[in-house]
Amino acid sequence: MFKQTFGALAAGAILGLAASAASAQTVKIGYIDPLSGPFANVGEAGLKQFQFVIDDINARNLTGGPKLEIVPLDNKGTPQESLNQLKVAIDRGMRFVTQGNGSGAALAISDAVAKHNERNPGQSVLYLNYAAVDPDLTNSKCNFWHFRFDVNADMKMEALTTYLAKDQGIKKVYLIHQNYAFGQQNSRIAKELLARKRPDIQIVGDDLHPIGQVKDFSPYVAKMKAANADIVITGNWGNDMSLLIKAAKDANYNGAFYTYYAGGLGTPTAMGEAAAGKVKQITEWHANIAPNKTEKFANEFEKKYKLDFYYLRVNTMMYMLADAIKKEKSAEPLKVAFALEGMKFASDTGEVEMRASDHQIINPMYISTIVKAANKGDKPQAGGDKSVKYDQEDTGLGFKTDARIEAYVVSQPTSCQMKRPPKS
Amino acid sequence: MEFFLISLLNGVSYGLLLFMLSSGLTLIFSMMGVLNFAHASFYMLGAYFAYQISVKFGFWPALLMAPLVVGVLGALVERFMLRRVHKFGHVPELLLTFGLAYLIEEFVHLIWGRSSLDYKVPTEMDGPLFTLYTTTFPMYRGFMMLVAVLMLLAIFLVLTRTRIGLVIQASLTHPDTVEALGHNVPRVFMLVFGGGCALAGLAGVIGGNAFVTEPGMAAAVGSIVFVVAVVGGMGSLAGAFVASLLIGVIQTFAVAMDYSFVTLLKSAGFVITPDTFLYSLWKLTIAQTAPILPYLFLVLILIFRPRGLMGTREG
Repeated sequence: MFKQTFGALAAGAILGLAASAASAQTVKIGYIDPLSGPFANVGEAGLKQFQFVIDDINARNLTGGPKLEIVPLDNKGTPQESLNQLKVAIDRGMRFVTQGNGSGAALAISDAVAKHNERNPGQSVLYLNYAAVDPDLTNSKCNFWHFRFDVNADMKMEALTTYLAKDQGIKKVYLIHQNYAFGQQNSRIAKELLARKRPDIQIVGDDLHPIGQVKDFSPYVAKMKAANADIVITGNWGNDMSLLIKAAKDANYNGAFYTYYAGGLGTPTAMGEAAAGKVKQITEWHANIAPNKTEKFANEFEKKYKLDFYYLRVNTMMYMLADAIKKEKSAEPLKVAFALEGMKFASDTGEVEMRASDHQIINPMYISTIVKAANKGDKPQAGGDKSVKYDQEDTGLGFKTDARIEAYVVSQPTSCQMKRPPKS
Repeated sequence: MEFFLISLLNGVSYGLLLFMLSSGLTLIFSMMGVLNFAHASFYMLGAYFAYQISVKFGFWPALLMAPLVVGVLGALVERFMLRRVHKFGHVPELLLTFGLAYLIEEFVHLIWGRSSLDYKVPTEMDGPLFTLYTTTFPMYRGFMMLVAVLMLLAIFLVLTRTRIGLVIQASLTHPDTVEALGHNVPRVFMLVFGGGCALAGLAGVIGGNAFVTEPGMAAAVGSIVFVVAVVGGMGSLAGAFVASLLIGVIQTFAVAMDYSFVTLLKSAGFVITPDTFLYSLWKLTIAQTAPILPYLFLVLILIFRPRGLMGTREG
């Protein structure tokens, strides 16, 4: 009996060793994002983008050896579950994790990764953040093991308010955000920046609503109308964004929306024609930028998944990771992290830099407005803007660039005091 | 004025949807004494079935067929599950419906995935119904209100003016006598349970495209439906109606109120700054607490009037 068990154990151990030797050829990246719950649609769309760019990297062998693999881990959109999934990722031997939806979850992961790495110096884990934009992550709560590939809320709001401050017609601004880390931060930043740039602008509303819980935004829209708001600034995303726009359309609210995520999944569909000319977004990419070096890639993605290409930053992040692995000839997180620090990369929209001081990406941004596009789906439509070739989600509405904001303008100082581990 | 009227309309239409949702629950509870925890799941099934049917046949057939399918499912649940555990008392019944809610959610995950569906308002209803000052009132919301009112009327007429209604009411209080008179009481219960589920299904057909159809939608309304049933009075349809409207209107208007302890204390002469102790509590506005107000209401009702606004039974 004992002998048999021992034999089985030994066989298991040998098999395990063999397996780990084989998996050294594959770098697994844990994708900790909502795959169920109110934001499941956003999480699933993001996963497809990762899958697509990783297929490209593996096909072209951009890492110079190891294959990349994305492993979906459902965090149900909560910080608590994110920590559980991080644990799962670590237990399954993943040394890289990525997450983007929700700064609450991001802060939790960043903190947990830092603690884990301090306690287990040989088994450090690297956290690649592709969308959580709470400024704290690269300021007061920055840490060496977190790299952010999305421009943070401070910088986006700086660019957005600089742009809207020029419009003298704007006198009354309404703010609405989801009530959590990023929403609260963004509301605060918007108020500070507007007070500095346009002291004459009045903030006529500053709402924080429960995240992912509100299905009917009409009471909030009634409030916007009652306050005579000229524009609305919102950091909402996912269903919270599309339902807000839907309610505004239903109640015939005429003001413009200045958003971060109007191009996000489902929102263009919810907006409808009434949104044309009224909804703006600030993003690192949209389908009608000129020149558009991502056009072919985006079209192939759309063909395969029947989904609009959205995150250029996911591409940038994965290509930079592949470059770092190639340069170091190693997928050891510590080495990769040092390679990423200060790395410059020629992205499709221009040169981007992973700032060494706080691990914040600095890249050019575009402010764009949704207008009637030249095509609806694959068919041309009358009266569309000729420069707007691609529409969103076959709605006949597409984004048109208002302004390109160069990387050096986007860049904002950081208060991060980075503590680095020894290099080897 | 514009704001007041629009908010009132928004509140009333939301309240009517709540009523559609909770009327079935109340009906089932008053007839059978079963607190159906899976009620909101039938609401979700209504939305998913309606989506599936509308993809093939359009919205109008879905409006009829989806509630029917949900109703039949409900009747089957009563016939083959609830009836069997009935003899063991209320707790097993409660647990059964509790488990059923999880089963249905997983079933939805397996069939339709975890993402939200693109279940849209029919194009002929996708426009404004009328304009109040400058605000348009969507046609679909008007439709939602109409259906709810028709439903209330239909339930009322069936229960008070038809033979089957009388039998149902009699089975509630004197099941033995009704049985002795030759009526099949278990079948009446099956009908009531199926009917209650069909009502939830109908609410799902209409609520699913007005808002979002996703696997979390049952959980999102599940608790509020119980609030309506408890506040209105367990088993009282009229109570459920009043409670739904009350909750709808209160929640809508609360969103508009940006008052907090900071404003209150300021008017009393105290100045509160972000450095004050427990500032995050003081700065909470009524608008921010709007989503939890119904639960506050629930607790208060249970303390001060346990039988609810119009309930007849005590406790």
